Amino acid sequence: MIRDAQLEAIFAAFRGTEGPLLPILHEVQHAFGCVDAEAERSIAHELNLSRAEVHGVVSFYHDFTPASDLRPCIELCRAEACQARGVEALVPATEEAAGTRVKLKTVYCLGLCSVGPAARVGERVYARLDSAALIKLVHSV
Amino acid sequence: MTRVRISDDAVAVACGADEVSSAFAAAGASVERVSSWGMHWLEPLVEIDGIGFGPVSAADVGAILAGSCDKRIGLIAEHSFIARQQRLTFARAGKTRPLSLDDYAATGGWAGLTRARSLAPQALIDEVTGSGLRGRGGAGFPAGIKWQTVANAAGARKYVVCNADEGDSGTFADRMLMEGDPFQLIEGMAIAAHAVGADRGYIYVRSEYPHAIAKLTAAIKLAAPRIAPFGIEVRVGAGAYVCGEETSMLNSIEGKRGEVRAKPPLPALEGLFGCPTVVNNVLTFAAIPHILIEGGAALYDSHGVARSKGTMPIQLAGNIKHGGLYETAFGITLNELVHDIGGGTASGRPVKAVQVGGPLGAYIHPDRFDIPFDYEAYTVADALIGHGGIVVFDDTADMGHMARFAMQFCAAESCGKCTPCRIGSVRGVELIDRIRGQGSAAPDAVSRLPQMHNAAKQAPTREANLQLLEDLCETMKGASLCALGGFTPYPVLSALKHWPEDFS
Ligand SMILES: Cc1cc2nc3c(=O)[nH]c(=O)nc-3n(C[C@H](O)[C@H](O)[C@H](O)COP(=O)(O)O)c2cc1C
Ligand code: SF4
Ligand code: FES
Repeated sequence: MIRDAQLEAIFAAFRGTEGPLLPILHEVQHAFGCVDAEAERSIAHELNLSRAEVHGVVSFYHDFTPASDLRPCIELCRAEACQARGVEALVPATEEAAGTRVKLKTVYCLGLCSVGPAARVGERVYARLDSAALIKLVHSV
Repeated sequence: MTRVRISDDAVAVACGADEVSSAFAAAGASVERVSSWGMHWLEPLVEIDGIGFGPVSAADVGAILAGSCDKRIGLIAEHSFIARQQRLTFARAGKTRPLSLDDYAATGGWAGLTRARSLAPQALIDEVTGSGLRGRGGAGFPAGIKWQTVANAAGARKYVVCNADEGDSGTFADRMLMEGDPFQLIEGMAIAAHAVGADRGYIYVRSEYPHAIAKLTAAIKLAAPRIAPFGIEVRVGAGAYVCGEETSMLNSIEGKRGEVRAKPPLPALEGLFGCPTVVNNVLTFAAIPHILIEGGAALYDSHGVARSKGTMPIQLAGNIKHGGLYETAFGITLNELVHDIGGGTASGRPVKAVQVGGPLGAYIHPDRFDIPFDYEAYTVADALIGHGGIVVFDDTADMGHMARFAMQFCAAESCGKCTPCRIGSVRGVELIDRIRGQGSAAPDAVSRLPQMHNAAKQAPTREANLQLLEDLCETMKGASLCALGGFTPYPVLSALKHWPEDFS
C-alpha cells in the first residue's frame, strides 16, 4: 500500500514530461533499490506500454536492477586510465576485504582519470586510491 | 581576513578539497569555492592572492597561513602548465565561482548570446561555419553545417540536445566544463536554439557524474530568465556507454532502449521525437559564446592547422606525472604533450604506449609521437582524436591484455543491434585468450557435434588464430552499424601490430 502510494507520487511528478520512462525508472530504482516485475507492471499501466516494452528498457541499462541489494556498494573504476594507474593490482585484496558484506561493482570511468584509481560510494568520490586506502574505504562503508 | 580559493570540481573533492576547505574555514579564513585550473596533480590546489599551494592536505593549513609552507608553486597564472595554453573554452577555469551569475557576467558572459540574438539566424550560422568549429564529441563534423541542416528543415518543433554522456576513459573535459562553467554551456545551447528556431533543449548527462548533474540543474534554474523563451532540462543516463552515440541517446531520452538507429534519416532532420534536432557535444556548445562575440569567429579560425581549427581541450590522463586539462590549438605533438607538458609517467618508468580517443582509439607507439594533433593526420595514421583524451601507459602495461579489454568492453557495452559487434566482440575475447594460451585449444563441444562437419578437427595453429582475429576485426570494421563495433578493432590491431610479444 505504501509502495503504491510512493509509485503514484512518482508517476504524478512526471505527468506532462516528454519521454518520462527513464526519469521514472531512476526514481523507482532510487526509492525501492530495484525495478522489479511488479513495478514494471505498474509503470507499463501508467504509461500505456506493454510490460515487455518496459522490461526491455529496464534490462538494457546497467543502472536498473531487478532485485534490490541492500549491501553497501563501492563502484570501482576499472577502465583504461585507471588500469594504467594500477587498479587491477588492487582488486584481489579489495575483493577479499569486501567479502559478501560489501558489494564491489565495476564501472567504466568516473571522469577522474588523471588521479585514479578512482571509486565512488553514492555521491562521494575518491581518488589516488592505493591498497590501504581502498581497504579502509571497504571497512568504512 | 585571508581569502582562500579552492576548487569544488569532482577531482579536487575526490582528492580532499572539502576537508581542506573546512580546515581553512576553521582557521578563520574566508573560503571561496571556484572551478578547477586543471592541474590535477596539484589538487587540492589552494590559491591565496594569485599564489598557489598544492597538493594541500588539511595538515598543511597552519603552515600556509603562517607563510611557511613548502608546497608553494608561485603565481598560478604564470605556471608553465597554464601559461603555455591557449584557453578559449576554459578561459574561466580556476577563476570564477561556477554558480555565480555575477562572476559569469563580469567575465564576458552572455555577450555572445546578446549579440547572437541581434543577428538574423542565417548570419549567425554563417559565423559558426566561418569559425571552422568541428564537433568535439568524436566525429569532428562541422558544427555550422549541422546547424544549417536543422535550420533549413521543416518542422513546427525543433530541439537542441547536448551530448554530455562522456563515456570515454581518459576524458573529463565535459565534466569539468559542466561543473566549472555551466553557464557557458547553457549560453551556447541558447545561441544554437536561436540559430535553428528551437524552443526546447535537453542535456543528457551520464549518471556517473552526480556533481555535474547537481551543478547543471542549479545553473539552469538560475539562468532560466536569461535564456527564455528557450528552456533546458537535464536528463540522466543510466550507465550505458553506447548512449553517447547520438541516435542511441535520442532513443534513451525518448524512454526507449538505447539502441543505435540506422542513418538516414539524420537526427538533424528526424531526431528527438521525430523532430529536427541539433545534437552537439558539451565542448562544441561551450565554444560557441566565444565565437559569437564581435570578431570571435575569425579569432577562432586563426588558431589551429589545415582543417582542424580552433583549440582543443586535451585531457592528460592515466600514468602521467602532470595530468589534467590542457587546452591548446591543434597541431601539437604527442611528444610535447606526454613529455614536455605531462612530464612523462607518474611511475617514473618509460612510456610504453598512449591511447588517444578513448576505448575506440588506437594504441600509439612512442615511435610515432611526432604526429600532429589534427583530425586528418590521425585518420591517416589509423588513429582517432575522438574527444581528446590521452591515456599514458608505462612499460609494465600488457598490451595483449589491453587488446582483450577492448573486445570485452565492446561486448559489455554493445547495444546488440548488429551481429559483428554483438557476437564478434565475444568471439574476439575468446580468440585473444586462445592466442595468449589462456583459452581452451581443443575444439569445443559445439565443434565436435556430428553436424559440424566443416569445423576443424584439431586445434587451430597460432598463425591461424591470428589470421582469424584479423579477419574478425576487418568484419567488425566494415559491417558494424556504429563506431562501437566499427572502431573496437583499432585498439586491438594497433596493440597486435606494435607489441606482438605481448600476445604470447
Ligand atoms: C559508441 C559511441 C559513443 C559516443 N560517445 C559520445 C559521447 O560520450 N559524447 C559525445 O559528445 N559524443 C559521443 N559520440 C559521438 C556522437 O555520436 C555524435 O557524433 C556527437 O555527439 C555529435 O556532436 P559533435 O558534432 O558536437 O561532436 C559517440 C559515438 C559512438 C559511436
Ligand atoms: S556496432 Fe554495436 S553498438 Fe553499434 S549499432 Fe551495432 S551492435 Fe549496436
Ligand atoms: S578511467 Fe577511471 S576514472 Fe576515468
